[in-house]
Amino acid sequence: MSSPTLTKDETTQSSPPSSGSSGPRTTPEAPSALARFAANPKALALVVAALVVIVSGLVSGDGTWPHSLTADVKSPLNDLDNWLVDNRDTHWIFLYFLLHLSNTAQVCYDTLLSLLESMSYVGVIVVGTLIAWAAGGADLSRRALRTGGTALAVFVVCGVLDVWEPTMETLALMIVAVVFSALLGGLLGLASGLSDRCEKILRPVFDTMQVMPAFAYLLPLILMFDIGVPSALIATVIYAAPPMARLTSLGLRQADPTALEAATSLGADARQRLLTARLPLARKQMMLGLNQTIMMCLSMVVLASLIGAGGLGSEVYEALGALKIGDALVAGIAVVLLAVLLDRTTAAAGERLDDVATSGISRTVERLRLAVWGGIVVLIGVFAAVGTAIAGNEWPEGWVVDFSNSVDTAVDWFTDHLGSGIPVLGGTITWAQGFTEYVLNPLRDGLLATPWWGLALLVAVIGWIVGTWRAALTGVICLALIGWMRLWDVAMDTLSQVLAGLFLTIIVGVLVGILCARVQRVDRIMRPVLDTMQTMPQFVYLIPVIALVGQNRTGGILAAVIYAAPAVIRITAQGLRTVDPAAMEASTSLGATGKQQLFGVQLPLARKSMLVALNQGVVLVLSMVVIAGLIGGGALGYMVVQGLSKGDLSQGFPAGIAIVCLGIMLDRLSQPVGKRVRD
Amino acid sequence: MRMKRIGTIGVAGAGILGVLALTGCAADTKASGGGDDKVVLAEPSWVGATANAAVVKKLLEDELDVKVEAKQMDEPVAFDALNSGKADAILEDWHGVPKKEKLYVEKKKTVVSGGDLGVVGHIGWFVPKYWADKHPDAVKDFKKLNKYYKDFRTSESGKLGHFIGAAPSYSQHDKELIKNFDMKFKHIPSGAEAAQLKELKRLYDAKKPFLTYWWEPQWMNEKIDMVEVKLPKHTPGCEVPASKAKCGYETNQLEKFLNADFAKSNSKAAQFIKNFHWSTEDQNEVAGMIAGEKMDPEDAAAKWIKENKSKWEKWIPKK
Repeated sequence: MSSPTLTKDETTQSSPPSSGSSGPRTTPEAPSALARFAANPKALALVVAALVVIVSGLVSGDGTWPHSLTADVKSPLNDLDNWLVDNRDTHWIFLYFLLHLSNTAQVCYDTLLSLLESMSYVGVIVVGTLIAWAAGGADLSRRALRTGGTALAVFVVCGVLDVWEPTMETLALMIVAVVFSALLGGLLGLASGLSDRCEKILRPVFDTMQVMPAFAYLLPLILMFDIGVPSALIATVIYAAPPMARLTSLGLRQADPTALEAATSLGADARQRLLTARLPLARKQMMLGLNQTIMMCLSMVVLASLIGAGGLGSEVYEALGALKIGDALVAGIAVVLLAVLLDRTTAAAGERLDDVATSGISRTVERLRLAVWGGIVVLIGVFAAVGTAIAGNEWPEGWVVDFSNSVDTAVDWFTDHLGSGIPVLGGTITWAQGFTEYVLNPLRDGLLATPWWGLALLVAVIGWIVGTWRAALTGVICLALIGWMRLWDVAMDTLSQVLAGLFLTIIVGVLVGILCARVQRVDRIMRPVLDTMQTMPQFVYLIPVIALVGQNRTGGILAAVIYAAPAVIRITAQGLRTVDPAAMEASTSLGATGKQQLFGVQLPLARKSMLVALNQGVVLVLSMVVIAGLIGGGALGYMVVQGLSKGDLSQGFPAGIAIVCLGIMLDRLSQPVGKRVRD
Repeated sequence: MRMKRIGTIGVAGAGILGVLALTGCAADTKASGGGDDKVVLAEPSWVGATANAAVVKKLLEDELDVKVEAKQMDEPVAFDALNSGKADAILEDWHGVPKKEKLYVEKKKTVVSGGDLGVVGHIGWFVPKYWADKHPDAVKDFKKLNKYYKDFRTSESGKLGHFIGAAPSYSQHDKELIKNFDMKFKHIPSGAEAAQLKELKRLYDAKKPFLTYWWEPQWMNEKIDMVEVKLPKHTPGCEVPASKAKCGYETNQLEKFLNADFAKSNSKAAQFIKNFHWSTEDQNEVAGMIAGEKMDPEDAAAKWIKENKSKWEKWIPKK
């Protein structure tokens, strides 16, 4: 019962590339399925491996990693923990290096926050709107007005929702975090974009930075930097810098060779070439990187509050403790709005730079823009000096709307009725039980029953089929590392949840993606929904999820699907939409129906983006393992959470590494060679 | 041309940053001038702690004119903050991090006890009243739960009964108890207190049987009626090491802890916090207003303060 489920899942993952050898358009009237199959050694190997897994699983019944091949990773980590605690006040590395780092971070944040506070809400709104307007071009164009309008609306709504103060704290933290992440990411991207050796060294580092759950490195950071803003800031930068670095490097590498050639022939040296040709050409990618970095910074808001950073994250977390969904939602909305604000402003600035690059700029406009920026600086000074005097420190109490209680009532009603009140169908709680009993439990039992060498064989074969022997080796090493750290059984539990979550994510993602690509109206409705799903702190919907399906692994999986599906939907829809119009035209003129067109033309041609979607699904579902641990997912996620909250380095850190191992393994298994596209 | 423009933007940007820094510093000095005696309270994420912090904050600000900031942080983090001086006091500690307590209080002496809070904390195994009424024998003797384990089965626990464990940061040895007494239960931890509360509420509303790690004071106790299952009596040290634990939980005098320098300063705020001492009922009243009636913590504190002047007057240090 169990193992077939697993192997079926794995086969679907790897089938596109294996059928790729017989041409992109597999026609149903191919000679004989069996003959083709026998001629394909890779498919044969897969079947053999799958058979080995099933048979060995059934025979042995207990497949845990042998104890003799493990090592005690706990004691050295405990030693490290103790050493850090004993020495952090005295050792030179803290006094002369880390302390400066944390002080700088703290000073930046404090300065910015006190500036925002001293400007009072009137100053922040005026200056914020002006900056957004100036970023959009500082004129009467639609873009400039729209960007300014967005900023104005965001600030006012945050005030009206009565979260002005925490919003300012978060805004200050985010600005500092974005600046640091962008700088660090830019520098690393420059290094890996210009040197192949750096690229090779840095790529696995970026992978680890992104897949490693932030919970796992919060603890070492607390040990080194103490709780508070510096730790939070550093954790955010670690998490958010990779996309900037990756895209910068990608942009530098993609620069048009003819343009570079031209620059060389004009006598530019390497530095001039970089500054005048390569960097400007990579501008678009770098803006995209910045945008991603902003989004990822904001997704760390709640986590940052766990280690004393305060702000909106604290509001969310505290509201949850009292089960006040409404309050959590309000703070969550403010986070989303900040994301919108920063996103739109940087996007507008990017577009404007593009315009300037393509069509040039007149002297007067340039002077005008400079004057606007000068005006903004003066205004900041003025407001900082007299802002509180004009308008007082706080958002006026009368100007707020409180709808959190009605949200609570609405959510309660909704979850009560969906939970078990639907006639005939039973409701979400019954479905969740079914899902646990018929999918999750068999999958987990199957993985646990499969001997470790059987699973390693399967991983190796899939890795070899999908990628190269390198992918196979990486996958097996990751598995071995998990076993070596004595985390095999727990990791298999997590793996079963990740696979089930991935399966659901892909189904939901692809179906909705197809709908979005084919029906304009669905696309328009879905876009803001997807934006919200991606930026709303996951903590906000944890409680409603429990109300819907109970505190169990299904709840964790549901949360993961909510988080991961938007990316899959987007990539799928994008892939389908960009299918060569000529091919579509041809199929229409040949009289293909909509269905035939979808399955015969669009889906096969969009295969590449579907693979990217799969890969993104893997990464995102995995990044929710820890969050799932918070609502009953247990396993590795729970270990990481407990490690952090008990301050136990030897528990949280290895579990975090095991999650990274699972991530890298699944990534390599879902990523055909030469098609590595991330972010 | 383009280079020049980028250059000007760069200069402008640097200028802005410079001004920001300057004005910021100016603002900074202003802020620290008046903020010398700001007290930072570490406020763990449960509602009882919010109630403590809200009342202390309100009284300190209104009566002693001391600025207070309540920073949300859980116990383990709070101890680090007390050690480093980033927080001045935690008002309710459940002795959940003995390792850190020992390190900072006994060894480094950077954290000192601030006396008892007055609230008595109690942890145990609980079942809902509607189930307990039907099976009084199991409530008197926890081993009898084995007779009824089938009642508690869920899709998560498979063949065994489902034991709803505590959130990760809480003191617990239930997993070991279940193992050491051969209970036919599977310990399934809660990921967070909020998750556990919601799950219990859901099960209670559906009138399903459940067995859970639970504690008082807890504001939810006013909304759901639960009965404690008797566990073997706690004797000092019986739960160490956890793998050999065969006893229930200690009844805990919740304790206040202060940063050593803050305590030594003996400022009015420090004296007030050392004096702060109230009962479980008082705390539950405020917590119930916050969580049950969804009042703002500040309003709830104000209401309690208005009605209980005789209680808090004793906390104000004499001049």
